[in-house]
Amino acid sequence: MPIEKFTTLVSTCVPLPIENVDTDQIIPARFLKATTREGFGENLFRDWRYDKTGMAKKDFVLNNDRYGGQILVTGKNFGSGSSREHAAWAIKDYGFRVVVSSFFADIFKNNSLNNGLLPVQVSEDFLSGLLEMIEADPSLQVQVDLENQKISVLPDGPEEDFDINPYKKNCLLQGYDDIDYLLSIKDKITWWENSKSRV
Amino acid sequence: MESRTIFDKIWDKHVVQTVPNGPDVLYIDRHFIHEVTSPQAFAGLKQRGASVFRPGNTLATADHNVPTIDQHLTIHEELSRVQVEKLKSNCQENGIQLYGLNNPYNGIVHVIGPELGITQPGMTIVCGDSHTSTHGALGNIAFGIGTSEVEMVLASQCLMQSKPKRMRINVEGELRKGVTSKDIILYIISKISTGGGTGYFVEYAGSAIRSLSMEARMTICNMSIEMGARGGLIAPDEVTFEYIKGREFAPSGEMWEKKVEYWRTLPSDPDALFDKELHFDASDIDPMITYGTNPGMGTGVTGRIPTAEEVDAASRKSFMKSLQYMGFSPGEEMSGKKVDYVFVGSCTNGRIEDLRSFASFVKGKKKADDVTVWIVPGSKQVERQAEEEGLRQILENAGFEMRQPGCSACLAMNEDKIPEGMYAVSTSNRNFEGRQGPGARTMLASPLTAAATALNGRITDPRTFL
Ligand code: SF4
Repeated sequence: MPIEKFTTLVSTCVPLPIENVDTDQIIPARFLKATTREGFGENLFRDWRYDKTGMAKKDFVLNNDRYGGQILVTGKNFGSGSSREHAAWAIKDYGFRVVVSSFFADIFKNNSLNNGLLPVQVSEDFLSGLLEMIEADPSLQVQVDLENQKISVLPDGPEEDFDINPYKKNCLLQGYDDIDYLLSIKDKITWWENSKSRV
Repeated sequence: MESRTIFDKIWDKHVVQTVPNGPDVLYIDRHFIHEVTSPQAFAGLKQRGASVFRPGNTLATADHNVPTIDQHLTIHEELSRVQVEKLKSNCQENGIQLYGLNNPYNGIVHVIGPELGITQPGMTIVCGDSHTSTHGALGNIAFGIGTSEVEMVLASQCLMQSKPKRMRINVEGELRKGVTSKDIILYIISKISTGGGTGYFVEYAGSAIRSLSMEARMTICNMSIEMGARGGLIAPDEVTFEYIKGREFAPSGEMWEKKVEYWRTLPSDPDALFDKELHFDASDIDPMITYGTNPGMGTGVTGRIPTAEEVDAASRKSFMKSLQYMGFSPGEEMSGKKVDYVFVGSCTNGRIEDLRSFASFVKGKKKADDVTVWIVPGSKQVERQAEEEGLRQILENAGFEMRQPGCSACLAMNEDKIPEGMYAVSTSNRNFEGRQGPGARTMLASPLTAAATALNGRITDPRTFL
């Protein structure tokens, strides 16, 4: 099953300047009861976004009309905690294609890449600068160019290169996924199973 | 041959092939699944027209979403019931062994693997659950994966993985009275933060780790993910072999001898190199308690919350947000704070040793009137053993009751939720906002600190009873 391709994105950003956002905040456990991948965006950041009567909390950024776009810009150590892929599904389902942070938790990073959601890791300085600029001007356009591994504030603001595993980069550019690859080498796996003197 | 760490030895032995410039194709020996993170993987597989490649290498249990009372009845909550039923039909259709509700082997996935002897040294083990690192205590590579990866393993028994860096954490010396393995790991995380292990696979070593029982070692490896590490392991030794021997699915006879011989070759070579090494002194560690909303926000139970000035300027905003959620002020002492709930259970501290230590602590005493205590065994076997050893009786005499096995209030997916605004001391592993129910305020601690707190109804240093 192909994943959604990613090449270049130009978009406004949504700022969430909080550190250590864990996957329980991204999507609380009580919303993990679905057996399909769709619809999790509705409950993205549920307890920060709505009060217990289901009313939107005015002070939360997703409820603030000033901000919108497909890039979520967030504080250090994003996505820590549970391995729930529902976190990546929720962010993607809500409409984001990129998450920018100065640090990502490992499993979250893998889960995102496996779902066509691009985690862009930038320096602390770039991040704090970007957050300030977005807050000053919510219409700020940011470009994320996967081919050249570059994130830049348009038209001529700061820019920075980001790292991505070359294999994962190729998967995203081509919309190719790991399972297709693994299924294509099943014979090799069987051969490996038989050939090893596996204690 | 060059010196290698235990991690390298196991990893290298499982690489089927390496993608040029990319990840390794890593073969997985044991795959555990549960009801919450597997349905989408089975659905994906079906959509591709693929089948489960090695059904015998996957084992299923229902744990995250199950009620902890009246398990013999149908599950009330509809969505939970659907997930548990889906797991059952997926396992049936694909020939996967399921230890479902009411099965004598049912329990939290990371409790039953070791307890049944399925988890063994030298293996690669994965599960769609971040605390899969628990199994590493028996000397294997075990880590949590996402649902797409669950699908990969079902489809091919392999995962595409880049090899993480290696870290060794050495804890030397003797633990003080009243200090347990839970305190060791909470202490380490409080020192290196929840991101301190990101990108690494950790080996725990040193005399303090060696002296721990098998179950105490599991508590440490369990929380590796709470420092951001991919996983954590401890080299197998006599304690490991002794623990595994004779368990339901452990090798026996000649096979046992052969396995042990191999397992003895696994420990890191004396001059093996790590990308990072940390050292801690066991005698510096006090019984720990967390005060904030991530597991790195911990202090000694007799200690206090840092003041705003003591926190990094960059992190101050998050620190204050966290204290606001907890209803605490900077600089406050933890000891003596009122507690409404105590939760003893989870894959961190819901094993038989944990129930034993809790029960022996409260034996002959009475619980405080104004605190509600949930004691939830990690598995059916733990439940049965607690019954046989008379622990249930001891608990009941002290005013406690034991529920049925499951993840329960660790993640509050079933009915076991701490009410909004209430304070809970929990032996689980996460104190995130709302983790134990919307608005719930969690403080993580060891079973001993939980016991002392349950007796007083206030945060209490267990050493005051010893
Ligand atoms: S007990 Fe808690 S941490 Fe462990 S598997 Fe269950 S939900 Fe996850």
